[in-house]
Amino acid sequence: MRKYLGIAFLLMGIVAIQLVASFTDSVYYLTQLTMAGYYTMAVLGLALLMGYAGQISLGHAGFFAIGGYSSAVLTTYNLLPYRDGLFYRLLEALQLLQKREDLYGDTIVNLHPVVAMVVALLLSALIAYVIGIPVLKLKGHYLAMATLGFGIIVYRVVLGTALFGEADGISDVPPFRFYGDLGISGDMDLRVENYYIAWISVLLIMVLFINLLDSRVGRALRAIHGAEDASRAVGIDTGDYKLKTFVLSAVVAALAGVGLTHFNGGIGPSEASVMKSVRYVAIVAAGGMASLWGTMVMSTFLNFMSLRGYFGSYDDALFGGILILIMLFAPEGILSISFRRAWKRLIPRTERVRDGDTEGR
Amino acid sequence: MEILRVDNLSKSFGGLKAINNVSFGLRKGAIKAVIGPNGAGKTTLFNLISGFLRPDSGSILFKEQEIRDYDAHRIARLGISRTFQHIRLFPGMTVIENVMMGRHRFGRTGFLGSMLNLPRKKREERETRDGAMEALRFVGIEELAHRDALELSYGQQRLVELARALALEPEILLLDEPAAGLNMRETAEMGQLIQRIRDRGITVLIVEHDMSLIMKISEEIVVLSYGEKIAEDVPLAIQKNEEVIRIYLGEEDAQDH
Repeated sequence: MRKYLGIAFLLMGIVAIQLVASFTDSVYYLTQLTMAGYYTMAVLGLALLMGYAGQISLGHAGFFAIGGYSSAVLTTYNLLPYRDGLFYRLLEALQLLQKREDLYGDTIVNLHPVVAMVVALLLSALIAYVIGIPVLKLKGHYLAMATLGFGIIVYRVVLGTALFGEADGISDVPPFRFYGDLGISGDMDLRVENYYIAWISVLLIMVLFINLLDSRVGRALRAIHGAEDASRAVGIDTGDYKLKTFVLSAVVAALAGVGLTHFNGGIGPSEASVMKSVRYVAIVAAGGMASLWGTMVMSTFLNFMSLRGYFGSYDDALFGGILILIMLFAPEGILSISFRRAWKRLIPRTERVRDGDTEGR
Repeated sequence: MEILRVDNLSKSFGGLKAINNVSFGLRKGAIKAVIGPNGAGKTTLFNLISGFLRPDSGSILFKEQEIRDYDAHRIARLGISRTFQHIRLFPGMTVIENVMMGRHRFGRTGFLGSMLNLPRKKREERETRDGAMEALRFVGIEELAHRDALELSYGQQRLVELARALALEPEILLLDEPAAGLNMRETAEMGQLIQRIRDRGITVLIVEHDMSLIMKISEEIVVLSYGEKIAEDVPLAIQKNEEVIRIYLGEEDAQDH
């Protein structure tokens, strides 16, 4: 049970922040915290992939966007013109459609958000699987470049396709209702509820991941990361584990994308941009690389600050800067930082050159 | 009965024939050694049998099943376990966790089962721990179970690696220089341990430089030189084999240790 102690603290923290916000009349903070929650979900998935399976992905915003955009398209695309079609009637009979009025009072019929979400998650899993098979054979820089390429493709596709709203993105995405009015939506009156929906989701993901890491599968992932040859020698199908982790982290990112899209009532191409992917990687690195808790805290803090606009126009530059600093001083993650080593890395550089000089003479 | 049969096995790296048309059989329950000077292709042979390398030609039969194209993890799952010339333990894990990895092939819990804590997970965890503990007890280091594996002495790390290979419950154990880096007492203990492993019914194929150890424990010896098999016989006959003597005297001149 001790491993769930952190979860208990997280739950208390979630409640405490809400109470403070409500009693100090500053519930508007909860909006950014909700958004930070969804980003944190995506970052946690990436932390699993990077920190534990040891595989980098510089295209994770792509999966976030695949989730968000699939959901947005499917819940806004008006199916009414197809009402005589067999497929439409089938969906209607299965009660998978949702009827509503748009801003002008016209009736539009689209897929129910739950169905859209299922499709979005399946689609992201499928794409991750198909991409992962060739790409995960690569290592190090090559894997980083390949996943970066994937991220760029998603971004350009989103930006250049009318169905995805090109540079404008997709707006008027309906709320994702669970019960009555309660659900994921940007409705001001549901701010507290939405804060809880997002953060309970984060909490559930944490529980699932903690369980995963404390298991045969988690040990296998650490083994692959630590000594790949030895893990093959004990019968671990390293390729299969990497692929499954990649798919899992992609699906979690897509789920986060679905959630944020319904909360914001839309999604734009910036969610798919490479800078978003870099940001996720920077947060995982800053959070300690192989630390779910470190990643969660770091992600909440940095995303919240960024969403509140504290970093101003240096927003992207800041995350780029974090990444550079971490790669320089703590490539294994910030928790591994040793100031002595960091200092050594800065100082002896000049000494080394001097040594080389004397040897040369 | 032959549990493993290697036929006309060849492997080249660029122009170098690391293994050239090598054939031999491994009798079930035996300790067989592969010896030869440095660069004779012993480790390459091990890597071929354990699936870390693909042969260019030839066949490898495990219980009459062709395994030459199997990947390393599949061969391990079949029950052919190995250790490495340079010890490869999992960093950041305790001794028991390292050995638990050897039990991987007996588990069935996957990603979903692990995340959802299905009842099977708990049962399997217990079985894995028990099996690993038994392997540690067999090699005699159960008191080190909760130490960080990489903090142990070299000799102890060798035993951890051996316990991990045994935790797989292999039918064949491939030992790549198990006595390398061990002192005389540790080497003698390793020899006894290998014999106890054989007594459990596990077939052992061993690559080793320590001739006195090899002559003492192995029942048959294959001699490789420049990738080719030049002799295969019982230890006494190998010791008298003129070509083997010539090769080893030549090497001793060169190495002088």
